[in-house]
Amino acid sequence: MNPKARTTSENLIEFRDVFFSAHRGATGEIISGVSLAVPHGETLVLLGRSGSGKTTLLKLINGMLAPTRGEVLVQQRCTTDWNLIQLRRSIGYVIQDAGLFPHFTVAENVGLIPMLEKWENARIAARVEELLQLVGLDPTEFAKRLPRELSGGQRQRVGVARALAANPPILLMDEPFGALDPVTRTEMKREFSALARRLRKTIVFVTHDLREALYLASRIILLESGHIVASGSPQTFMQIDHPEVRAFAASLAVHPGA
Amino acid sequence: MSIWTFFVQHRGEILAATFEHLQLVVIAMAMAILIGVPLGLLLVHRKFLRTIALGIASILQTIPSLALFGFLIPVPFIGGIGKRTAIVALALYALLPILRNTYVGLTSIDPAVLESAEAMGMTNTQILLRVRFPLALAFILAGIRTATIITIGVATIAAAIGAGGLGTFIFRGVALVSDKLLLAGAIPAALLAILADLLLGFLERRLRVT
Repeated sequence: MNPKARTTSENLIEFRDVFFSAHRGATGEIISGVSLAVPHGETLVLLGRSGSGKTTLLKLINGMLAPTRGEVLVQQRCTTDWNLIQLRRSIGYVIQDAGLFPHFTVAENVGLIPMLEKWENARIAARVEELLQLVGLDPTEFAKRLPRELSGGQRQRVGVARALAANPPILLMDEPFGALDPVTRTEMKREFSALARRLRKTIVFVTHDLREALYLASRIILLESGHIVASGSPQTFMQIDHPEVRAFAASLAVHPGA
Repeated sequence: MSIWTFFVQHRGEILAATFEHLQLVVIAMAMAILIGVPLGLLLVHRKFLRTIALGIASILQTIPSLALFGFLIPVPFIGGIGKRTAIVALALYALLPILRNTYVGLTSIDPAVLESAEAMGMTNTQILLRVRFPLALAFILAGIRTATIITIGVATIAAAIGAGGLGTFIFRGVALVSDKLLLAGAIPAALLAILADLLLGFLERRLRVT
């Protein structure tokens, strides 16, 4: 079921036969032979167990890792040809525990990239306010707080706002709701899905939760030990006849409800 | 004559020696901080330099302080008898705790924070100065605090090479077997150390970010 990588100007991200191993010449490849294309506006969910290579794929997109073989293209340009700083500033990144800067206020966290990009102060302040409202945090209440004065869900909202600050076309999310309690997690999922539809960003979302994948994705790609083993829309994914798909489907049956 | 009356009678000399002592410590610490903290920042991304710098600082620390003062006397420009040599020796001595704490503080940042910073497109220098350094500040200050307390103690030995300070009383006390003279040096030195500890400890708690 490997999707053939097409080269069209619509593809914001493209993997061409990408291999990655942690050390050169190492036997175990973390990513082997991945080809995929992410068209503009898609929410692609990378699903897989721990160690299947999902996070590695994300880090290959923003140049935190470089492929050992093959190439990764972002906006039609090979990541190795990009200025890495510019590449990363055009890609929002959200991780599990948000990774907020503990010594910065919420407003400073969100406004950091605009500040480094030398925006005017008034423009930064306006952008911060807009973004906090967008992620459902009242700026007057939250802008001056430090990350430690927020709940897990609030921190994650700030993480999303921070990733969106410089209005990047691409958003990478590595289990962003993974550390939240189930109730908050469901709320965040619902809100984020609405937000994603509204913003029309190209999103690559990593999770090991099939339910989350089915809820958020426009397309799901299943990874197993560095290979793409299944790919499909939320409507067709469950019908795919592959042992790993069945294993994930079984995980749904074990946790009924919600 | 009680120790108390001795102190009162010689309060002028004791105060002058305390001030002189403080001067040695403050100048030496300023030098050690100005060298140690920037050097620590440089070491974060330079493995080779790190091994060498931390190695040299550790070796300096193992030299007995009296010997270090002695070694420096024949060195041109910085050497000789007096305050200058003493200050250089004290600064070298204070370097290790400052350098090591700076380096450890800068490199023990929450990996999630560093990952976000990198992924957001911050340059290494921006990460170093805007993320690592402010988050390491409490740690660096802890190193400065340790170094200050050590320096206040070691500075008493500087009197052996004619640098003055509270050590003058202590050396005279040893020579004359006079506990009054000994205490006239030791008590103010101990008080200085306690005061520095409290003050820097307070600052350190203020700067800690959790």
